[in-house]
Amino acid sequence: MTHRQLLARAAIITALLLIRSTNADVLPDNRADVFYSKYSGGGMDITGYSATARAKVTENFALEANYFIDKVSGASVDVLSQASVIKDERKQKSGTLEYLHDKTTYTASYMTSAERDYISDTASLALSQTMFGDLTTISLGFSNTHNKVGINNGTADKPNVAWVGHALTKAYSAGLSQIITKNFIAGLNLQVITDAGYLANPYRSIRYLDGSAKGYSLASQMYPETHTSTAIQVQAKYYLPYRASVTGVYRYFNDTWGVKGNTYELDYTHPISNKWIFEGRARFYKQSAATFYSDLFPFAASQNFTARDQNLAALDNTTIGGKVTYAFLPDGWRIFKRGTVTADVSRIRFNYLDFRDIKDFGPPQYKPGAEPLYQFSAMVYQAYVSIYF
Amino acid sequence: MRLRHILVLSALAGTVLLSGGCSIQPWVKPYERDRLADPIMAWDRDAISSAYLDHIRESREGSRGATGGAGGGCGCN
Repeated sequence: MTHRQLLARAAIITALLLIRSTNADVLPDNRADVFYSKYSGGGMDITGYSATARAKVTENFALEANYFIDKVSGASVDVLSQASVIKDERKQKSGTLEYLHDKTTYTASYMTSAERDYISDTASLALSQTMFGDLTTISLGFSNTHNKVGINNGTADKPNVAWVGHALTKAYSAGLSQIITKNFIAGLNLQVITDAGYLANPYRSIRYLDGSAKGYSLASQMYPETHTSTAIQVQAKYYLPYRASVTGVYRYFNDTWGVKGNTYELDYTHPISNKWIFEGRARFYKQSAATFYSDLFPFAASQNFTARDQNLAALDNTTIGGKVTYAFLPDGWRIFKRGTVTADVSRIRFNYLDFRDIKDFGPPQYKPGAEPLYQFSAMVYQAYVSIYF
Repeated sequence: MRLRHILVLSALAGTVLLSGGCSIQPWVKPYERDRLADPIMAWDRDAISSAYLDHIRESREGSRGATGGAGGGCGCN
């Protein structure tokens, strides 16, 4: 262990003892981030920029503000198959208040997100409390979202948006984080989400067999107007015999539409001195289809509810990713405690098990329902600078 | 009758716990938590990055929730 690592460890222990001596918790450090992201895959390119600032007004009271802008060009395969190319921009703003009283942190936040054809507002309340000698942290949360859903019947440059409906979403969450040993921490999250209103994606269509030249025609999707989902996640993090950690995550999901999902993730984090942190991750996800999903319906209006949204198909995906953080101010400078720059790259491979590629394949070579299954790979890039003060 | 016994026992157990008669001693002492305080043991070192990845996944998967905060918007396209 180097002299600098020893000093860092001594500083952490001293800070912990100081925290304990006051017998109360503290809010996290002030922090500012600028963030860049790029998603590329499945016919879409999305570039995002974000800025976040978080500051403690007093020892018990903190404010956070975030601004995020996404620029979208292209469209996914089921939208492209209708020959409409999309260009859009999403702007998201959020503000958060945090209040710490003894061992309880209360959080209130508001977020608004606007696209040309979709407006979303979310208000959230949460609290977290440490107990049992600070070995256990429990958290509870509630959020209420109002979505206004539209469709652009014009072009990218001359939009003509028709508002087609509203959707209300309520989310209830509970979490538990537990220190098991001095090297091992485990967590459990539960979230129940209910939606009501217009829940379909207006850009996506079903297809059904008929006597046309292609052998099928398109029609609007018909979704139920209610939806409830439950997700449970367990996670564990272990500090290895040398300075590195490994994290395992499992999530089970099911909903009233018949979708069942299983997510598995494994992360490895390895720092080198106090300047570098390397992280690798592997994630696998698999889901079953919604009960009212079909790639090809036998005839028009063959059932009450119909969907051909690729999100509701049976699918799996595999993510491999890596992240590097470099501290350019490892020991701080003037008012700054630390400064870091991070690069993060992920590759996601999507495989659809009952969603066929009708954009690239069709008659006479392929009869309806015999087209190859759709699959694609996406790359996700992130870069950000973080300053702690 | 059995249900009543269970209810009475539960109420008694709850009262003892709430009154502090059964305080749990921390088995990992504060001075033993230096490894847990290391940034590599944080559940979420970069919340903005995690929220972004959650948003990407929720836009392309049927599953959602229980991972932490995700962004708004529909990801319709």
